Amino acid sequence: MVETADQKVPKRRSAELPAPLPVSLRSGGRQGRRGGSVLPGFGLSLGFAVLYLSLIILIPLSTVFLKTATLTWEAFWQTVTSPRTLAAYRLSLWASFAAAAVNLVFGVLLAWVLERYRFPGKRLIDAMVDLPFALPTAVAGIALATVYAQNGWLGEWLVPMGINVAYTPLGVVVALTFIGLPFVVRTVQPVLADLDPEVEEAAASLGASRLQIVRKVILPELVPAAVTGFVLAFARALGEYGSVIFIAGNMPMKSEITPLLIMIKLEQFDYAGATAVAMVFLMASFSLLLVINFLAWRRNRNLRAAETE
Amino acid sequence: MAMTAGNRLVRGGGGHAERTGALTEPRLVRWLLLGITFAFLGFFLFVPLLLVFVKALENGVDAYWAAVNEPIALAAVRRTLLTAVIAVPLNLLFGLAAAWAIAKFRFPGKQLLITLIDLPFSVSPVISGMVFVLLFGAQGYLGHWLQANEVKIIFAVPGIVLATIFVTSPLVARELIPLMQSQGNDEEEAALTLGASGWQMFRRVSLPKIRWGLLYGVVLTNARAMGEFGAVSVVSGHIRGVTTTLPLHVEILYNEYQFSAAFAAASLLTLLALITLGIKSAIEWRTAR
Repeated sequence: MVETADQKVPKRRSAELPAPLPVSLRSGGRQGRRGGSVLPGFGLSLGFAVLYLSLIILIPLSTVFLKTATLTWEAFWQTVTSPRTLAAYRLSLWASFAAAAVNLVFGVLLAWVLERYRFPGKRLIDAMVDLPFALPTAVAGIALATVYAQNGWLGEWLVPMGINVAYTPLGVVVALTFIGLPFVVRTVQPVLADLDPEVEEAAASLGASRLQIVRKVILPELVPAAVTGFVLAFARALGEYGSVIFIAGNMPMKSEITPLLIMIKLEQFDYAGATAVAMVFLMASFSLLLVINFLAWRRNRNLRAAETE
Repeated sequence: MAMTAGNRLVRGGGGHAERTGALTEPRLVRWLLLGITFAFLGFFLFVPLLLVFVKALENGVDAYWAAVNEPIALAAVRRTLLTAVIAVPLNLLFGLAAAWAIAKFRFPGKQLLITLIDLPFSVSPVISGMVFVLLFGAQGYLGHWLQANEVKIIFAVPGIVLATIFVTSPLVARELIPLMQSQGNDEEEAALTLGASGWQMFRRVSLPKIRWGLLYGVVLTNARAMGEFGAVSVVSGHIRGVTTTLPLHVEILYNEYQFSAAFAAASLLTLLALITLGIKSAIEWRTAR
């Protein structure tokens, strides 16, 4: 075996190392073995887990559905199709999509640089990629708002150039980009590390240029992981609240994201309205969860196929 | 044949390999990609991070200390610590139990259980807080009963704790399930064969095997529990000095234009995040060796 990349940053095996990725994506092809039933504690552990899950997650979450069921169809429809709600849905969708797209491009680039190049501060940067996952969102929010404000460190350069970030929809995209930063990097990194260098060597010896190798050999291998990271970043951005509200300006119809609209309705004790808005939003989030599960299923199937080869 | 020689991986000292020829990009491209990466990280990560500490110390160390060592700030810190002290052990137990069942046994509905464990991450924090208002609030399903018995959950600390548990519940399980699945059951089975009791096996064999993953899961749960904002914001009611946690305290100060005090409080949370990442890196470095 030829060692392919700088060993200073520990190689990521998606199954073994902590990352902000869901379980389904990291549990790999292996499932609990048949012999597992010899071990004790199955009833106790499963019973406790299911009870806890029901009490803390499922019963509280079911209130959204129960509450929605008590609304008349007209009231529900009127709330979720009101111009203000539609504007909030639209902003949440396109800003999350834009932020995930930015993260798609820069996430792949970051994973590439971290896996392939040697430079000072590499370990530090590799660790810092997870910062948005560990930093409280309110802190991120006030920091970004201050940096991009008109008299902020970056704002005072950007505003004269005509780029207004703070208190505009662009600010929403910036905050959501920050929040989604780890996902594409952490899905693409292990794939890049596992890539067999012989394929590249073969392409090179057959006369392919570097650009051709990257475009036709390496990038296609990264597509499934990058798409998964994109969907994760998009899903995370959709629900985000804390980091956005400080930088967004929060003007109804213009820069008001859906979670903020729910918050405002709750503060006005309009629980029916908040529930209606939340219900549609939850359905969107759950659909994304299904997409993520499908991507994980496809990945695990491929892993299993590779293992049996 | 000259080309293949140019494309070889040339081993450097200490096990490092340098890619040459068509196996890496031209030097100029490499510099360009690195430059773009650094610029991106600067704009989104490093400049905001640096700003937190600069703004916090803007008016000197004394002002910083005064902002942190002030009754309302200290009360917020205490409430944040209390929340974490309750939420982290409960989610630790849940994570251990869920991971044990999922990684060590086969049973129908396992994929569904995994999906449900990850569910809170698919729910907006605001909705995570809202569900507890719908359940325990004055107009909620249990509201009347709670009022009759004078139990306060919403706009009080119990609501904050519940919302925090909800939001951070997947984290320990997330770390442990993949780890335990990749490790298998051989050692546990050997321990049982040699006559260990179930508890002995768990304590002496299973726990040491997962200790690093467990540690990171706990540290991350702690950071997220102390930093949770959206869900806690919904259930707390923002009653100053009574139901504010540290992140809510940051928000209130910021909205009152007390920027350096806001950043002083924020710097505490930022330090917590940096320590969390430091522990994570140390663990990765350890396990990679």
